[in-house]
Amino acid sequence: MLNIKNIHAQVGDNKILKGLNLEIKPGEVHAIMGPNGAGKSTLGNVLAGMEKVEVTQGSVDFLGKDLLDLEIEQRAAEGIFLAFQYPVEIPGVNNMYFLRAALNAQRKYRGEKEMNSSEFLKLVRTKIKQMNMRDDLLRRPVNEGFSGGEKKRNEIFQMSILEPKLAILDETDSGLDIDALKIVADGVNQLRDDNRSFIVITHYQRLLDYIVPDYVHVLADGKIVRSGDKSLAIELEKTGYGWLED
Amino acid sequence: MSEQIETSEQENAEVHKRIEQTYKDGFVTDIESDTFPPGLNEEVIRAISAKKQEPQWLLEWRLKAYAKWLTMEQPNWAKLKIPPIDFNAISYYSSPKSNENAPETIDDVDPKLLETYAKLGVPLHEQEILAGVKTRKTPVAVDVVFDSVSVTTTFKKELRKAGVIFCSFSEAVIDYPDLVKQYLGKVVPIGDNYFSALNAAVFSDGSFVYIPKNTRCPMELSTYFRINEMNTGQFERTLIIADDGAEVSYLEGCTAPMRDENQLHAAVVELFILNDAKIKYSTVQNWYPGDEEGKGGIFNFVTKRAACNGNNAKVSWTQVETGSAITWKYPSCILRGDNSRGEFYSVALTNNYQQADTGTKMIHLGKNTKSTIISKGISAGKSHNTYRGLVRISKRAEGARNHTQCDSLLIGKNCGAHTFPYIECGNSTAQLEHEATTSKISEDQLFYCKQRGISEEDATSMIVDGFCKEVFKELPMEFAVEAKALLDISLEGAVG
Ligand SMILES: Nc1ncnc2c1ncn2[C@@H]1O[C@H](COP(=O)(O)OP(=O)(O)O)[C@@H](O)[C@H]1O
Ligand SMILES: [Mg+2]
Repeated sequence: MLNIKNIHAQVGDNKILKGLNLEIKPGEVHAIMGPNGAGKSTLGNVLAGMEKVEVTQGSVDFLGKDLLDLEIEQRAAEGIFLAFQYPVEIPGVNNMYFLRAALNAQRKYRGEKEMNSSEFLKLVRTKIKQMNMRDDLLRRPVNEGFSGGEKKRNEIFQMSILEPKLAILDETDSGLDIDALKIVADGVNQLRDDNRSFIVITHYQRLLDYIVPDYVHVLADGKIVRSGDKSLAIELEKTGYGWLED
Repeated sequence: MSEQIETSEQENAEVHKRIEQTYKDGFVTDIESDTFPPGLNEEVIRAISAKKQEPQWLLEWRLKAYAKWLTMEQPNWAKLKIPPIDFNAISYYSSPKSNENAPETIDDVDPKLLETYAKLGVPLHEQEILAGVKTRKTPVAVDVVFDSVSVTTTFKKELRKAGVIFCSFSEAVIDYPDLVKQYLGKVVPIGDNYFSALNAAVFSDGSFVYIPKNTRCPMELSTYFRINEMNTGQFERTLIIADDGAEVSYLEGCTAPMRDENQLHAAVVELFILNDAKIKYSTVQNWYPGDEEGKGGIFNFVTKRAACNGNNAKVSWTQVETGSAITWKYPSCILRGDNSRGEFYSVALTNNYQQADTGTKMIHLGKNTKSTIISKGISAGKSHNTYRGLVRISKRAEGARNHTQCDSLLIGKNCGAHTFPYIECGNSTAQLEHEATTSKISEDQLFYCKQRGISEEDATSMIVDGFCKEVFKELPMEFAVEAKALLDISLEGAVG
C-alpha cells in the first residue's frame, strides 16, 4: 500500500530525512520509535505533504499513485490521515461543521455523494458510541481551549469519521493518562482491518500493549536503523537509545 | 496606540495569488434619468428642495447647512489617503424619469427598477405576494432608494395597521412634518462634521421610521440603497424613532455598479430611542470597492448616531463592511438615559487597495449605562483597516461599564491593521475592559485543514468566518447567510 524509497527531505538547509525506506502492506501496523529530533514527525509531514518540507530525493508510492505528486488535500482524500502531534486550534469554527466540511470535501473528490447534516449527525452518533467517547467536544470550536488529552481524542474521533486508508498517529499517546490512552487505543483497534494500515509514532511501549504492532522500527538521524517485531519495543524500553551512538 | 503587524515572507508566497476580487452587483441599469448637471451651489439646493416640494423651513435648514459647510474643511485625522474630491464635478440629484409621478403601489413601479432589485436579491413584487403564504419566513418590509429617490416602500399598509410609519424621507416631510421637525438634526447637528453638513445641505431621500409607544414592529424593516447613475453622489438620511417601549429591527444594504471613477456616498443616520425602547440596526455595506489596482469604487463617508434618550433604552449597531474604496464611519451611541445600553458589532473586510477607518463612539452620560464593542477587522491584499473607537464616561455616569474587544486578522503581508482605542474616563466608578488581538491565518491552520481534505480557499473562508462569529450571530438570520457569502466573495483570490 505504501512504499517509501530512499527519501531525503529538508527544511531550509536542515537535512532531516537522509535515505529513509519503509514498506507497509494493507492491514499492517508499524510502530516508529526513536530519539527526539530524529525526524519522526517530519516523516509524517512528508507523507501528508507539508509544503515547508522539501523532498530532495526518493519516491513514495501510495496505492499505485505517486504520492509526492499530489496536493495535500488530494492526499487526504486518497486516504492519508495525520493525527497531529500538536493539533491546531481554529477559533470560532465548530468542530462538527469542520468535520463535515472535511468529509464532504473528500467525498466530493472521490466522486461520492456529499452528506447532508442529518446523515452526518447519524454517522457522528454511531461513531461516538462505538468509540466510547463523550460528545461534549463536538459543539466546541476546533481544538480551541481543549486540554492536551482532549485534542488527541479529537484527532482519533476525526480519524474514525474520515476512515482513512493509512493513518499516521504522531505521539497521540503523549500526555495521556491511562484511561484516555485506552480510549485512543480502542479507537484505533475499532478501525483496524485488512485494508487499513497505521503508522504509530510513539516513545512508549505501553501504547503498544494496547495497539499491537506488526513491526517496530527505530528511526534515528533521518533513517530507519533497526526493525523488528513487538519485542524490539520492549528491548528499547530497557536499553534506551544510547546504543545508537556506538 | 497603533499596532501594525506584518506577516512573514513565506506566508506571502502561499497567499499572494488570491488577491483578486469579483463583485457580483456591478451591473448598470439602463434607464432614463432626470439628472442635475454637476455642481454645487445654493441654486442646486433650492432645486432639490423644489423637486421635493419641501416646506420653507426645510429649505432654510438646508441653506444654513450649506453655509456652514462652506466654512468647514474636510477632516484628515483618519488613517486614510483620500484623493481630492471635486464637489463641483458631482451631480447632486438623479431620479429615474419613470419615478416622476411617485408610484403609489408596486404595480406602478417601472419594471426595469423591479428587475434591478430582483437581480440584487430584493424581489419586491414576490415579497408582497408571498408574504405570510406558506413560508415560515417573516416578511421584511423594504424601502428602496435608487440614486437620489425612494422608489417604493413595501408593506406600508400592513405596518400602518400596527401604527408603524415606514416611508421615504420625502414623504415623511410632507405627511409627518411635526415628527421630522422634532427630531431632524437633533443627534447629528448640521455642523457636526464636514460630511454631515454636506448631507444636510443636499440630501435627497432616505427612509423614515416611527414606532409608536409599546409597539413591537411586526416585521423587519429594511432599506436597500443603490447607486446607478454616473457621476452622481448619493446623500441619504435615515431617521428612526422608537417611542417608549417600542422595538424594531432595521436592516440596510448597499450596492453600486463597477466604474473606473470614484463616486461619493455621504449619508446620515439618526436614531432616537426613548424609555425602555430598543433599536437593532444592521448594515451590510457592499458598495463597489474598486478593482484589483485600486481604480474606482465608492467613497463612503457616513455619520451614524443613536441617542438613547430614555431610561433603559437600548441600541445595537451591527455592521458588515466589505465594500467601498474608502470607508469612514463610526456608528455611535449617546447613552443619556439611566441604564441605557449601546452595542457595536462590526466586521470590516478590506482587500486589494481598499481603506477602512471605522469604529464607534460610546458616550456614557446616564447612570449605570453599559456599552459593548466587538470589532473584527480583516485585511488582505494591499489594504489598510483601522479600528478607531472612543469610550467616554462623563462625570455623572455612575457605574458605567464598557467592554471592548478589538481583533484584527491579516491575510498576506502587504496589508495593515491599526487600532486606535481612545478612553476618556471622568468617573472613578466606571468599569472598563479592553482586549485587542492581532493574528494572521497561520500556515499551521491551513495545513491542518488541508490535511483533512479542505481546500485552501474553503479553509480560509472557514477561518475568517470563525473569526467573525461573534458579530455574525448578532445579524438577523438571512442577513448572516448573506454576510458570510459576501465575505467569501470579497476574499476570492486572497489566498493561493
Ligand atoms: N518546521 C521546521 N523548521 C525547522 N526545523 C525543523 C522543522 N521541523 C522539524 N525541524 C527539525 O528537524 C529535526 C527533526 O524534527 P522532527 O521530525 O520533529 O523530530 P521528531 O518528531 O523525531 O522528534 C529536528 O532537528 C527539528 O528541529
Ligand atoms: Mg515529533
